[in-house]
Amino acid sequence: MTQQATPVEARSMGTHLDRADGREKVTGHARYAMEHGADDGVEAPLTAWLVQSTIARGRVVRVDPAAALAHPGVVSVLDHESAPRLADTEDRELAILQDDRVGLRGQIVAVVLAETPEAAREGARLVHVAYDEEPHRASLEGAETYAPESVNAGHETDWADGDVAAAFAGAAVVVDQRYSTPHEHNSPMEPHAATALWDGERLTLWDSTQAVHAVAKTFAPMLGLEAAQITVRAPYVGGGFGSKGLPHAPEMAAALAALSVPGRPVKLAVTRQQMFALTGYRTETVSHVRLAAEPDGRLLGIEQHAVSQTSAIKEFTEQTATAARMMYAAPARATTHRVAALDVAVPSWMRAPGEMPGMFAQEVAMDELAFACEVDPIELRVRNEPDADPETGNPWNNRRLVECLERGAERFGWAGRPSAPGTVQDGDWWVGTGVAAATYPTLWMPGNTARVESLGGGRYAVSIGAVDIGTGARTVLVQIAADALGVDPAAVDLHIGDTDQPAATVAGGSAGTGSWGTAIVQTVQQLRADHGEHPDAGVASTATAEAYPDMDRYALHSFGAVFAEVRIHRWTGELRAPRLLGVYSSGRVVNPMTARSQFYGGLVMGLSGALFEESVRDPRFGHVVTQDLATYHVASHADVHGIEVEWLADDTDTLATPFGGRGIGEIGIVGTAAAVANAAWHATGIRVRDLPVTADRFVR
Amino acid sequence: MDTSITLTVDGSEHTLDVDTRTTLLDALRERIGATAPKKGCDHGQCGSCTVLLEGRRHLTCLALAVAHDGDEIVTAAGLTGSAADPASRGEDALHPVQQAFLDHDGYQCGYCTPGQICSAVGVLDEAKQGHPSHVTDDLEVGGDVELTDEEIRERMSGNLCRCGAYVGILDAVRQAAGQTPGRGVDPARHTHDHETEGAR
Ligand code: FES
Ligand code: FES
Repeated sequence: MTQQATPVEARSMGTHLDRADGREKVTGHARYAMEHGADDGVEAPLTAWLVQSTIARGRVVRVDPAAALAHPGVVSVLDHESAPRLADTEDRELAILQDDRVGLRGQIVAVVLAETPEAAREGARLVHVAYDEEPHRASLEGAETYAPESVNAGHETDWADGDVAAAFAGAAVVVDQRYSTPHEHNSPMEPHAATALWDGERLTLWDSTQAVHAVAKTFAPMLGLEAAQITVRAPYVGGGFGSKGLPHAPEMAAALAALSVPGRPVKLAVTRQQMFALTGYRTETVSHVRLAAEPDGRLLGIEQHAVSQTSAIKEFTEQTATAARMMYAAPARATTHRVAALDVAVPSWMRAPGEMPGMFAQEVAMDELAFACEVDPIELRVRNEPDADPETGNPWNNRRLVECLERGAERFGWAGRPSAPGTVQDGDWWVGTGVAAATYPTLWMPGNTARVESLGGGRYAVSIGAVDIGTGARTVLVQIAADALGVDPAAVDLHIGDTDQPAATVAGGSAGTGSWGTAIVQTVQQLRADHGEHPDAGVASTATAEAYPDMDRYALHSFGAVFAEVRIHRWTGELRAPRLLGVYSSGRVVNPMTARSQFYGGLVMGLSGALFEESVRDPRFGHVVTQDLATYHVASHADVHGIEVEWLADDTDTLATPFGGRGIGEIGIVGTAAAVANAAWHATGIRVRDLPVTADRFVR
Repeated sequence: MDTSITLTVDGSEHTLDVDTRTTLLDALRERIGATAPKKGCDHGQCGSCTVLLEGRRHLTCLALAVAHDGDEIVTAAGLTGSAADPASRGEDALHPVQQAFLDHDGYQCGYCTPGQICSAVGVLDEAKQGHPSHVTDDLEVGGDVELTDEEIRERMSGNLCRCGAYVGILDAVRQAAGQTPGRGVDPARHTHDHETEGAR
């Protein structure tokens, strides 16, 4: 019995392989959650439309469906009295329509079912809801905060080391500033959606999710079903960036709607506007960062005290200060998280939760320290390179930050950069360059199971309930399986995206490919151990990866360096970023093409966060007013200029995974906004500590 | 209220009764089952629903189906050989723009992709016909506007890609426009060396 996977030699890995699903995508044949038809068992579906609360806190007094029901095509209206009952209502984000309480503006208070989308939408408009409104709190400013038991991903709320007070008392140089990042919405291009069918015994959900098994596992006990009674399918998912990592209320609405009409499929698409209240977001963060240093920039103390907000109906605390625990060497440090519970939408995962806002604060602070000490920003980071992980004391698996910085400096042309800000002008444009470091932990999730079957003739079928949300998993898992099997990738049939396949964890935390890939390697090795090199057709093995990386003995992280050049118009403050370069060390790159796209995608979202993204909430009403793509700006073609990506050579990390790769989905967004803000300072001398870096900051 | 209309979609004619409130996008997706055009916002803000309508790119979420009785629509699916025949799916030759998106990995999740591809086909044609854009210096250039990177980025900016595949899409459009392909991926170089990936 193979207990744990052993490292695999690369043959296909590291070389090009066409995206397995590219043709389906460019021809428009790929089917997303709302696009399943009669051949999938979705016949004559009803359309469900959400009715949302127009108060932030209080009670629903009455839902009057009369006008809606009178509208042609409307079939029924579910409210908190008529909706099917849940067996478990502890999760107040998901336990919708179970009682009269309203905890946020935009909460689902009714669901209209109709024969057509037009009737459903009009029906939702015609539902009259009366409320008993109570006072609400929807602003972090001045709100009371508390220390949560732990923060996202199970990190400790507070962590300190050494004598911080002494470090600061004796320091020659101190940076002491407040940095903030705004609410941001993941905004995948495919709005959250689900098609649901209850046949009286089984519930099938065609869901837009990053985790089919997690949806089934979460919903089964709530719906009072056995896990085996729920099938979740996600063959194609139009992006997620974390918002589809956990099920949200609209998926439960689709399930409840389906339960109310046995035998009839129900399609529910969340509108772009509704997504701003119902499908998660990155909370606003405020970080108080203090750095104490010797005159040469060597750190004596690091402090980051992060405040964010969550929803009073469900706690989620962004782990903003965790990167400060491991990033740089210092004899003393203190990190804390405090959170305010408000009557607002439930925040959740958005690409690199914690690291994205936390490293923005840290890396701008480091830039400030570099200038204060008159040390080059790259040299400053080199001087503060820790030999071992400051948080655990463990040795690094493969920390190559300095190489990323140095390689990036060379490619970017960093040498000879003037250290003073505001010295380069080109016509009406101020020009500046900036750098920031990036990091992301190597998460690895136990409990992934794969099944590998010999199909005869040297062909194999590999199944695992993983999801490809655009990352390239469907392609790179084939390469990993092929190399583990010692066959050509063309000899591997991969089956993913369905709970009919063995249990798998979320496509998130940059842990998908690593965790699923480990299970596949282990299962292949099990198959070989049980059945030899030439198993008969039909012979199969199944194995579950419970362990691989030694997290107790090593500190597993990826690193990178981001360089930015910005041009800021001296009269209008318009900011353009003609050059952005990311250099990464993330272990073996399994597929250069899909990896490059992952890094580009992270950098583009980082640039987008640097320059545009900000969800503006009106505290008087409690909702986000910038709730569409015209007012919530994300980077478009014209915003993205010369982006370059590179990864270090000979970067194989078999301490992290048996195939030597680490996750790459998130690190591209980390540090990018800091690099842009640092470049903006270098161009103008104006230090922006609050994202996004908008034109008004530079108009003097 | 229902009205009977006829639409030609990817070469096949469909006559259907539609609710007068039905958008062209919903008529395509929900009634005809033509799901290549996507719904990303339903408000004309993302470009996912772009098709070629009477030969020009068009947002179908901002159009009412009844206003397009008799019109001819080509979706991304219809750009491929005889894509109307599902049995031949995957067998037909791809349109050069589709092939360019594959060659340059101009997508990740694929959701914006059919819209990007229809838009790119439209851009190539508009440039040939001499339509200026916001960044065209000479508004009376006449035929064949040179599709510089700036022109491509500007003209494609109605199509958002949250996966951030803009570098690959730019490369794809350049290739389809017959220009030196590739700042990002060189499709001829199928064994990549790990060291120097990326665009320059
Ligand atoms: S769906 Fe038509 S522009 Fe977004
Ligand atoms: S490929 Fe995912 S939105 Fe463009």
